[in-house]
Amino acid sequence: MRQIETDVVVIGAGGAGMAAAIAASEAGKRSILIDRSLIGRGGATVMAQMTVAAAVGEQTEDHWTHHLKDTLAAGRGLCDERLARLLCEEGVTAIRKLQEWKVGWAAEDGHLKQVQAPGHDRPRCVYVDFLNTGPAVSKTLRTQVIRHDRIRRVGDLYALDIVLRDGAAVGVLCVHLHTGEPVLISAPATIIATGGLTRLYRRNSASLNMSGDGYAMALRAGASLIDMEFVQFFPIGHLAPRLIGMDPIMWDPFRYKLGGRLLNGNREEFTQNYGVADGGRYQITRDQATYAITKEVEAGRGSPAGGAYLSFEHVPEAELRKAFGPIIDKLAKNGIDLTKTAVEVAPIAHYHMGGVRVGVDMETEVPNLYCAGEAVGGANGANRLSGNAITEALAFGFVAGRNAAARAADTGPAGDIAADAAEGLALLQADGPTDAPNSAALVTALQALMQDYVGPFRTAEKLAHALAELRRMKAELGDTPYGSGGTYDSERLDWFDLRTMLVIAEAVTLSAQARTESRGAHQREDHPGLEAAWEVNQVIRLAEGTLSLERLPVIRETVLEAAS
Amino acid sequence: MTQTAHLVVTRGTSGDDTHIESYDVPFEPGQSVLDGLRWIRTHHDPSLAFRFSCISANACKECMMLLDGKVIYACTERLTDGEMRVEPLANKTLIRDLVTEIAPPDERL
Ligand SMILES: Cc1cc2nc3c(=O)[nH]c(=O)nc-3n(C[C@H](O)[C@H](O)[C@H](O)COP(=O)(O)OP(=O)(O)OC[C@H]3O[C@@H](n4cnc5c(N)ncnc54)[C@H](O)[C@@H]3O)c2cc1C
Ligand code: FES
Repeated sequence: MRQIETDVVVIGAGGAGMAAAIAASEAGKRSILIDRSLIGRGGATVMAQMTVAAAVGEQTEDHWTHHLKDTLAAGRGLCDERLARLLCEEGVTAIRKLQEWKVGWAAEDGHLKQVQAPGHDRPRCVYVDFLNTGPAVSKTLRTQVIRHDRIRRVGDLYALDIVLRDGAAVGVLCVHLHTGEPVLISAPATIIATGGLTRLYRRNSASLNMSGDGYAMALRAGASLIDMEFVQFFPIGHLAPRLIGMDPIMWDPFRYKLGGRLLNGNREEFTQNYGVADGGRYQITRDQATYAITKEVEAGRGSPAGGAYLSFEHVPEAELRKAFGPIIDKLAKNGIDLTKTAVEVAPIAHYHMGGVRVGVDMETEVPNLYCAGEAVGGANGANRLSGNAITEALAFGFVAGRNAAARAADTGPAGDIAADAAEGLALLQADGPTDAPNSAALVTALQALMQDYVGPFRTAEKLAHALAELRRMKAELGDTPYGSGGTYDSERLDWFDLRTMLVIAEAVTLSAQARTESRGAHQREDHPGLEAAWEVNQVIRLAEGTLSLERLPVIRETVLEAAS
Repeated sequence: MTQTAHLVVTRGTSGDDTHIESYDVPFEPGQSVLDGLRWIRTHHDPSLAFRFSCISANACKECMMLLDGKVIYACTERLTDGEMRVEPLANKTLIRDLVTEIAPPDERL
């Protein structure tokens, strides 16, 4: 069996993972940066098309404390204020670093261009034209990663479990997808940077690799997760006609610039019936739009594909071209002429506020196990501001890399970890059942269940149904991986994905069930409105196969008063 | 209006002889070859191997394969009525079915 030894192992090569590896190398430590996909291609970072928030103060005067104030307000009282501060303060440095590395933030008249996204008190969001922010960030980081001899990059390596010795992390157990062989990476410090969980939902903006792997690995290692009930839905994700070659949340920039009218299946404006006239000017907030569209569909007045129409038919072609030139051509290739057809949109799972619980040094409750990026929970509370996610990935990545390198220096090599990984190795090498159900169909069933019962609007009844179904599916999945474990065994991969998705789906559902109020991204139809008593975080742990919830006071910090 | 694509897929791993399997895939106009391959997995054979990450944002560039002899991205190529021949990339090492070794040499294990 293959065993590789290093100082820091980084799981996931998105924005957070690449930033972490660079920081570890800058601190003089070797790292292995692994990904279940290709390096820099597998996650959300490369897919982002919009903006990145940081108080660089180029468009107008700004300070990170203003950004922090907005972040905390959006988080509806639940942000871990230390983490939110880190995001806003370190975010500035991170964005500057990317600028130094020539990411190509849009600029004019000698300063970076910053736009004002909803929830920000001033123009704060930098971007790369046209809709190229994520690809540019990813490429820039990858170029830097390649310049560091101390970083070894390995793709097609799927991390399955954190290896523990005396309760502390000593590396990672992986499976090499091409051969099905187990691979151990032994390291005194481990960083989880695997991104979020939105693949749990039928309608999502996720990549295949966003099943919540990092959350599940952290849980099984003994760490806890925080705020798992807060899944952010994006109201106007693209639904139909089938659009290819574009990110499904692309209509947001269109609405900022051009308005656009939301219409129901009868082609009538409807948001006024839910208390908010939109008037084609994009005044409706994300949660209101999600509610109005969902209810209209439930009432049988949805668009043919089960959403609402978004129409730009009234906008003159010249105006469309001026705002989105190259994108209009891409749409034409998809057979979409916005002057003649309305597209269909619906709420889609887009980001997860919750995640692994860490301190300001990004260390989890498991010694020598760190976490960074979307995989971390707490910084954004009950709701994330637009543009905060890439900033979070970069800032937390750099911090985690630095601290993991320091820990590696203190702790020294982890040595041979084969004996510590025995249980995981046995599972990986087990022969699968001969009568396994269709693994791909199970994934689809799970996604449908989560969408319909643990979606943006929840009730006790729906959540109870989901929980029972999830437990039934877990029993059906069993304890033995499907397939034989050979070369690129898709069924075995699905089995490991399902093992993760089921426990994480249960964590989301349990947290949602317990929180009997509506706050931010968690909306209970049977408990409308915010309740002061619920201004607490929920933390979830796994012990002997059972998840347990605990309520903890929100971590506050008085930085705002101190700074003003 | 549902149509049917007849996907003729080359399967097998390096080493053994590859073989052909055909699937009738119902689709709505606009759906991609990747949609079709995923439909085969959920409805017929979950062991069919092909790689993709971003699903249709065309950001990951992992879904390259041959369609009727031409290199395509499965996620941006549309399904069409009638026969479509799907094969792994010819100039890369075959791993399984439609999966080939596409990672840069210094990013492999
Ligand atoms: C379509 C889309 C558009 C977005 N637009 C914006 C925007 O405009 N602005 C903004 O701020 N945010 C945006 N976001 C959110 C933001 O992109 C993400 O939150 C952020 O990029 C997360 O970075 P990350 O490095 O933590 O994770 P990711 O970039 O998701 O990277 C995680 C990596 O881990 C790998 N991985 C996962 N599991 C394993 C495993 N078991 N073993 C090995 N590797 C594994 C994945 O393959 C992936 O490469 C968008 C998200 C999406 C999906
Ligand atoms: S699936 Fe990502 S480019 Fe095709």
